[in-house]
Amino acid sequence: MIPAAFEYHPATSVDEAIALLSQYGDDAKLLAGGHSLLPTMKLRLAQPAHLIDIGRIPGLSYIREEQGAVAVGALTTYATIERSEVLRRHFALLPECASVIGDPQVRNRGTIGGSISHADPSADMPGAVRALRAEIRVRGPNGERTVAADDFFLGTFTTALEPGEIVTEIRFPLPPARTGSAYTKLANKASHYAVAGCAAVVTLGADGTCTAASVVITGAGTMPTRASTVEAALVGKQLDEATVAEAASHAAEGLELMEDIHGSKQYRAQMAAVMARRAILKAAERARG
Amino acid sequence: MGIAALVGTPIKRREDPRLITGQATYVDDLKLAGMLYMAVLRSPYGHARIRSINTEAARQAPGVVAVYTAQDLKGVVGSIPVAAPLPPHITNGMGRRGPLAEGKVRFYGDPVAVVIAESRYGARDALDLIEVDYEPLPAVVDPEKAAQPDAPLLYEEFGTNVAASVHPPTDEIDRVFAETQANGGVVVKQRIVNQRLAPSPMETRGVVAEFRKADRTLTVWSSSQIPHLLRNYLAEQLGLPQHQVRVIVPEVGGGFGCKLNIYPEEALAAFAAMKTGRPVKWIEDRSENLAVTIHGRDQIDYVEVAATREGKITGLKVHVVSDLGAYLQFFTDVIAIAFTLPMICGCYDIPVAYGSCDIVFTNKAPTDAYRGAGRPEAAYIAERAVDLVAHALGKDPAEVRMINFVKPEQFPHKMATGTVYDSGNYQLALEKAMQLIGYQQLRAEQAQLRAQGKLMGIGISSYVEICGIGPKGLTPFGLYESARVRVDQSGDVLIYTGASPHGQGEETTFAQIAADEFGIPIERVLVLHGDTDSTPEGRGTYGSRTTAVGGTAVYNAVQKLKEKMKQIAAHMLEASPADVTLEDGRFSVTGAPQKAVTFAEVAAAANFSNTLPPGIEPGLETTVFFEPEACTFPFGTHICVVEIDKDTGEVHLRRYVAVDDCGRQLNPLLVAGQIHGGIVQGVGQALFEGVVYDENGQLLTSTFMDYAMPLASELPPFELDHTVTPTPYNPLGVKGVGEAGTIAATPAVAAAVADALGLPHVDIPLTPERIWRIIQQQQAQPQA
Repeated sequence: MIPAAFEYHPATSVDEAIALLSQYGDDAKLLAGGHSLLPTMKLRLAQPAHLIDIGRIPGLSYIREEQGAVAVGALTTYATIERSEVLRRHFALLPECASVIGDPQVRNRGTIGGSISHADPSADMPGAVRALRAEIRVRGPNGERTVAADDFFLGTFTTALEPGEIVTEIRFPLPPARTGSAYTKLANKASHYAVAGCAAVVTLGADGTCTAASVVITGAGTMPTRASTVEAALVGKQLDEATVAEAASHAAEGLELMEDIHGSKQYRAQMAAVMARRAILKAAERARG
Repeated sequence: MGIAALVGTPIKRREDPRLITGQATYVDDLKLAGMLYMAVLRSPYGHARIRSINTEAARQAPGVVAVYTAQDLKGVVGSIPVAAPLPPHITNGMGRRGPLAEGKVRFYGDPVAVVIAESRYGARDALDLIEVDYEPLPAVVDPEKAAQPDAPLLYEEFGTNVAASVHPPTDEIDRVFAETQANGGVVVKQRIVNQRLAPSPMETRGVVAEFRKADRTLTVWSSSQIPHLLRNYLAEQLGLPQHQVRVIVPEVGGGFGCKLNIYPEEALAAFAAMKTGRPVKWIEDRSENLAVTIHGRDQIDYVEVAATREGKITGLKVHVVSDLGAYLQFFTDVIAIAFTLPMICGCYDIPVAYGSCDIVFTNKAPTDAYRGAGRPEAAYIAERAVDLVAHALGKDPAEVRMINFVKPEQFPHKMATGTVYDSGNYQLALEKAMQLIGYQQLRAEQAQLRAQGKLMGIGISSYVEICGIGPKGLTPFGLYESARVRVDQSGDVLIYTGASPHGQGEETTFAQIAADEFGIPIERVLVLHGDTDSTPEGRGTYGSRTTAVGGTAVYNAVQKLKEKMKQIAAHMLEASPADVTLEDGRFSVTGAPQKAVTFAEVAAAANFSNTLPPGIEPGLETTVFFEPEACTFPFGTHICVVEIDKDTGEVHLRRYVAVDDCGRQLNPLLVAGQIHGGIVQGVGQALFEGVVYDENGQLLTSTFMDYAMPLASELPPFELDHTVTPTPYNPLGVKGVGEAGTIAATPAVAAAVADALGLPHVDIPLTPERIWRIIQQQQAQPQA
């Protein structure tokens, strides 16, 4: 478990990190919390010649409510998210999701920006970010831009980040009234990554009818995937158990399923439905207040 | 003021302060001047021919001192030691290997070459520069397929992968089965799989070797359970006299049997140190540990059991297929034959038992002793057999156990396997466990939950196991243990044990024994172990033997010194030795208690004075070897309750009760600790763990991302109780407890899950998908 030799560059600002990234291109990797990257390097599955440490850049770890959104700095750790009152108030699913990632050591080091940039298909946070329709602010050699979460994840370990770009902030738009959210997962018993997980957000009308639904499946497929059929089957309905179960049964539609020793495709498809049902029911209950 | 008896009290472990404050020294903490580092190049294939190895580029790499392959070891380093080679093939060399692969690689991780370099990083980097030209060969990973005539062969010259077979005539068991059926009884058959496990100690293996060329002395620090055996075999492998080899075992972060072995890396580091004249360190990384350190279990067992309608078992027939992996480690070949087959009857007085066995090589890591070593397999067989009978007859599994137990008055009892059990009260342990968990209420609750469509199950495991090895004849060499006890001039006691505790806590329990017997405070007793230059020849720590065998050696040595001290005290008190008694650290004359000398005064006299009685040598030191006349048989009953999530197949362990009998308990706190840890590992096998290879012999569980270890958060509090049935075979009455929890837990959890699903048997590990598939099947075919 000895990584190949690399040069270490502790960046002191985002601009410096971008400059380093531009300089070293594909030979460089960004290091934030390091809890995905370093194991990969120790197994020599990744052998970047240059490691640009952005973990020491000041001002990238924060959670603040501003302009109709909650902005979360890219270097905010899972542990911080897990304990955030602001997040708990607006998006129960985020602290809930953070609380089931890895173990306390991982949560104390791992960051939200690192997780979504890494885009591990079994990771929890990408699904949560997508379900909450976050906006991802990135900065690169050509300045700053914002990418919708739905456009950010392109595939297994693949995102819309261009060469030289760094995620700086994830903005979660404040939800309308009577919105509830939840995250559930069936954990792989070894890694505790998701065999199948579901992040669900529902908004209810005054009469309890579902007016909006956002349901994203993680773990089961090759990338965090929006379960559009499930969403469509929820909107306009009362979210009783039977309706939710019927809707959730479509959770695996559109997934490019994965398979390994911890779960076959068939099992993952079925677990996506089970997790979706549970997450949606929990979200609906929270929406009712 | 009298000194409280320490034996039997739950005092805290004396070794813990240094361990939990980071002041203890493990192998990787050692830094010697001029030390080099070793890295091992390993096979990426499960089975391949080595066409060529080119080490030129690696040799040229910066900081690389040497690169060695099997070529360099030829005629210099002997093969990996095997304790008890079995006929017909192993005695002829099948499964033997040198420290580096020659000609062929036979499992993923097979060592092919080593780099010795100035830094650990440099050594690792240079591995990538070694070019090995492999010709991949078809691999065989399933032991039953490996036993087929058309299977790819690991050792072509032997024409088979089956190393040895035991197939006694079946006439008697066939007759019993036929008679039982003729009389209206049942014969139940089940194939059960005992999956492959990775022992996974917290500290991986590691070795530092230092060779002093001037006097050709080799010192090896190794994370091992067997310092003396390692020294003896390593000396043989390297062609050195034993007295020029010293093995030091520093702190060891867990062994669980996997360090009861002499591994290639020990000889390789020693060879490198001898060649370079500089110390060489190798520390195993976690993926190496999961790939090449021995694995445990990996048996397929065919169980057939016959019983009357009333539930009395009349016969048990077991065929064991034992997967050896690709090579032999120390006890690889004898686990099934020496430790599984003799114990297949469990706690049950089965009139006729039959055991057969095939031991088979496959393209996987060698298997060997892992916590329980053959007895977990036996307990699993016996407990499954009893549950199969209960299920077939529609009887309560507790009732079937009660009917079949060996009764307390039958001990010592010779089982149908020929094994003689020392003592026991199996019924009492079961009753106590049932009472503790509220068995009858649980059965009522289960019926209610079933009516609501919920899956809850109760599992019982009444285990017995074999400890305290071993008596003469069990292995080709004596499995005695030793103690050297010295009382110094100030009255302090030093105990040098030949055993090698690595977490079991004998620095505490052995001190308890001596302090009590001498009547002195425990602070005056120090227990030392792990250095072959200072400790008497010992056999190491494994098989839950250290207290029963090594503790008895300490006890006997203390008795000898007490006798000598009495003679000296008698001389000092001008009394007859027969009238002198030792109590609370004072030697006094019977009938004249004011006439006394202290323990320290006698110690000073023995070590310092020139007025010892005639015929008494100065000094207070003795070495005692103890070889038990027979084994001990700890037992108990564990009961657990599980609930199953029908949607996901996840098993939730709701309650866990353990009633264990390890004979007399020297320290109940340490007993409880062993039971706790043991249960966790047993639950790990039942629910989570499993080494998985693909059909080409690629290891799919090479990190903890894929090999599932049990977590504290997945376990309920354990509710412990005990009974005490001393063994008659040692003066302490202790049986052993290191493996009991592991042996008991797996069958208990497996039984509970099968019970929840209403099935006679479900193979372990009881992973969510496996359970989910069964539930899907059951829902698709509703019971008639």
